Amino acid sequence: MNHRRKVLSDSARVAAALVAAGWLPQRAFAQQAGAWNKAAFEAKSFGELMKAVGAGVPAESRDVTLTAPDIAENGAVVPIAVASTAAGVRTLLILVDKNPNTLAASFDVSDAVESNFSTRVKMGQSSDVFAVAITGDGRALFAKKEVKVTLGGCGG
Amino acid sequence: MADPMRIRAQAAGDKTTVRVLMSHEMETGQRKDASGKFVPAWFIQEVSAQLNGKTVMTAQWGPAVSKNPFLQFVVKGAKAGDKIGVTWVDNRGDKRTDEATVA
Repeated sequence: MNHRRKVLSDSARVAAALVAAGWLPQRAFAQQAGAWNKAAFEAKSFGELMKAVGAGVPAESRDVTLTAPDIAENGAVVPIAVASTAAGVRTLLILVDKNPNTLAASFDVSDAVESNFSTRVKMGQSSDVFAVAITGDGRALFAKKEVKVTLGGCGG
Repeated sequence: MADPMRIRAQAAGDKTTVRVLMSHEMETGQRKDASGKFVPAWFIQEVSAQLNGKTVMTAQWGPAVSKNPFLQFVVKGAKAGDKIGVTWVDNRGDKRTDEATVA
């Protein structure tokens, strides 16, 4: 268990450098609770997550916008806005790299809404935050921003 | 049953900005109580929005979304007087739907 824990924490670090696309062995996520993508929300690294949502290797893109504060005083409420101008965007994801589970929220874009969402997330510690836009043909575009957290959002 | 959501939908031309404030604990399952036991996870998993009864947006959330979640999105083609409905379902199967009128 300890070894595995180390593997997982290492993988998070590697994923930050975005060279870890799928090197971790896929864990067996047998059941899926309804439409909620359990595998995606339990993913602990960027690469694992991209596999769980069925996207290719992500590429940094100017078509994706991530609005987040440089310094978040309170990690329990960090305002995050994601938007994309790329054509054919199907899903927008908010990722916090160093949280226990990388994926924070996933938004499905339809023709009737703009690919532009704002919400608030928790951050355990200072970390890179990613906005990922996944297009209908499986391309993944992302934008990245480092957010420094003064007071963590995990723990009581 | 959880407290009602606060929903505000404001039209500006063709676009309507919808702001939603939900009332939910959003427990992550990582926190321990005073006796050292983990507080079980309790969070909203699915959110959907309807314009006049037709679903326009769905979202899946993890426990990393903040307590009493805030959500803002933009609906195209809604007019003043249209109904915007928002529904959430949490991991215990509780759900809540609230409605607001586009202003």
